[in-house]
Amino acid sequence: MLGSKHYWEGFRAGAPFLLVVIPFGMLFGVVGTEAGLDLAQVMGFSVLVIAGAAQFTAVQLMTEQAPVIVVLASALAVNLRMAMYSAAMAPHLGTRPIWQKALAAYFMVDQTFAVSSQRFEATPPLTSGQKFSFFMGSVSPVCLPWYGATWFGAVVGTRIPPEFALDFAIPITFLALIGPALRTPAHVAAAATAVICALFFASLPFSLGTIVAASVAILVGARVELWQTRRTEA
Amino acid sequence: MIDLSSPTIWLVIILLGVGTLGLRYSFLGLIGDRELPEWVLRHLRYTGVGVLPALIAPLVIWPEATDGALDPARLTAAAATLAVGIWSKNALLSIICGGAVLFGMLALSW
Repeated sequence: MLGSKHYWEGFRAGAPFLLVVIPFGMLFGVVGTEAGLDLAQVMGFSVLVIAGAAQFTAVQLMTEQAPVIVVLASALAVNLRMAMYSAAMAPHLGTRPIWQKALAAYFMVDQTFAVSSQRFEATPPLTSGQKFSFFMGSVSPVCLPWYGATWFGAVVGTRIPPEFALDFAIPITFLALIGPALRTPAHVAAAATAVICALFFASLPFSLGTIVAASVAILVGARVELWQTRRTEA
Repeated sequence: MIDLSSPTIWLVIILLGVGTLGLRYSFLGLIGDRELPEWVLRHLRYTGVGVLPALIAPLVIWPEATDGALDPARLTAAAATLAVGIWSKNALLSIICGGAVLFGMLALSW
């Protein structure tokens, strides 16, 4: 698997995200340490949870003295999208052995999902084994540096000056994933719906606005696709 | 500062880790190789473009760094990243252009 053509294809697809994974991982190390976590706890988050947005949510709420149950519910709500990713990957990786599915599940993050689902829908089609190789290829430059960057941020620990605008690393990464994904009018309609609904429902508690907006957007995307197919068939 | 005891913090980390892995494994593990109906697949195709914009739209319009005030530098950088992505289909190029616009605009405003 390692060293195969498809592993390296995945590796190349994931490599650009090094540029954002490293600063973002460092930022979590710095923020976690400043919030009062020790090195083991900061690393515990990045290794056991391995989900940046949820990690920041949890640390933020813990510093606000939120009850543990609220911390967990909010961070898990931020991660609800992972269940959607999991469902979207089932047709591609569902036939792999359990250990491979577990490994793919553990490494299912926005970037690995985005580049993999994009490749799996494209031509030439891949076998499920080749898809797993591609996925693990995309994992290598995205997830593994996450650990090192977190550790570095926690140890170096000096405050990164706000002029570096690291807060915007996440929006820029995600926007860079969204642009190439806007392949059809249905994708554009879904993305536009997501933006409008997310702003409209932003005041809902526990990040529920994100989940509501994403659900509406997915319905709209599927509906537009259906209209288009019918129109071309008619 | 976090006021929780060390065991409580570890409890949060472990439960969050287990819960997140559960979400990630859920469908992949349960459905396996069974064929999903077409209407399910049709919805799944839009998970990426549904979730990612929903996550970041509020961060773009109301950045935390400016306490929620609309920020021309961040807004322009976001628009540039998206535009380059649509035009070039290249994520790395989008990130570089978005970052360049952001730092350029921030430098101008100092």
